[in-house]
Amino acid sequence: MKLVADTLVLARGGRTVVDRLSFAVDAGRALVLSGANGAGKTTLIRALAGFLLPVEGQIVLEGGSADRTPAEQCHYVGHLNGMKSSLTVEENLLFWADFLRAPGAGSGVEPPERVGAALTRFDLEPLSDIPAGYLSAGQKRRLGLARLLVAERPVWLLDEPTVSLDTRSAGLVAALVNAHTAAGGIVVAATHLDLGLERADELRLGPRVVAA
Amino acid sequence: MSGFWVLVRRDLQLAVREGGAIGTALGFYLIVVALMPLGLGPDLNLLSRIAAGVLWIALLLAALLSLPRIFEADYEDGALEVMATADLPLELVAAAKSLAHWISTGIPLALMAPALGILLNLDIGSAPALIGTMVAGTPAISFLGAIGAALTLKARRGGLLLALLVLPLYVPTLIFGITAINAVALGSDGFWQSFAMLVALSMGATVLGPVAAAAAVRLQLQ
Repeated sequence: MKLVADTLVLARGGRTVVDRLSFAVDAGRALVLSGANGAGKTTLIRALAGFLLPVEGQIVLEGGSADRTPAEQCHYVGHLNGMKSSLTVEENLLFWADFLRAPGAGSGVEPPERVGAALTRFDLEPLSDIPAGYLSAGQKRRLGLARLLVAERPVWLLDEPTVSLDTRSAGLVAALVNAHTAAGGIVVAATHLDLGLERADELRLGPRVVAA
Repeated sequence: MSGFWVLVRRDLQLAVREGGAIGTALGFYLIVVALMPLGLGPDLNLLSRIAAGVLWIALLLAALLSLPRIFEADYEDGALEVMATADLPLELVAAAKSLAHWISTGIPLALMAPALGILLNLDIGSAPALIGTMVAGTPAISFLGAIGAALTLKARRGGLLLALLVLPLYVPTLIFGITAINAVALGSDGFWQSFAMLVALSMGATVLGPVAAAAAVRLQLQ
């Protein structure tokens, strides 16, 4: 499997943010996007997740499922966590586990077990009956990231995954990303921190070249 | 259980747990209808003649209040973005959310209508027809309303804009809904013709609404 972006041109509000960018991420590799604020990290990730249509160029997941778009094979964790404050931590994850489960996927592991494992992994077990609205910012972030584990998808798109996380939890994220790439997954992460990822390449998004 | 029903169940669960929205819609419905006799005076003949129209218009306004709820919360907390990357097409996401809105708002409002009809001297014998036409007509409100709700996602304080966008779309439902109830309450014929039109409008809205709403959501997520 290989995530390929081919001469990608992305624009926000009529201004070109990413200009003719090409890259490929092989299975088992992580791509760390770096660059100053406004360099286009979020724009690029949102394009990979299928929200933003490229002005030019295309995004292909070579070796992926033929009847699903690249976006449908991605986990997208953006700035927002997508969790309902009136549902408990466990209910939130159960919903995403059921909702994101691919139709006809009989992988054997049922959503409740996956949710249990994800809760344990992110130290959220003691909080599982608490409505998500009562969590602290860092706990909410961990809940948002726990979504990565409740449904299996080959590509993870992480936009600033460690925002509001403490050092220990940030280490946990790095360990998860490493485990995912070790299992042959693909990770694209935008981050300012050096997470200590293994099998990672860096893509520095430069300042925009404004055509004269 | 497929993603569609998982989403419907979650939205209903949220509607029950965050009960305020349903309560507000029902309370608004009650107050608007209760104001009519106060404003028009105790002329019972007049009230029963305009009852169907008042009940339908007030129902539209009450439903309108709760329309932003279809997408807004999920947009604000990022859940809508995750749904856009799911296997379930966004059209079905919009359909599931509209269906949940209908069950949690349209049906309670329809069931409340006969009780409010008493305030307007509407013949109690027409209650089954009243509930029937409203249950048949309100899907159009939820499914067409979803288009407006999706279009106004990014517009802060978009409530008025939403009303301007969707109220014109409700005119056919309003006309046939009122005709059907009047046919029963005032004893003229033509109930089934109007009722069939109402069902047709709702079915059309159920098909077209989600497609348009999904297109609007895609635009908003860009």
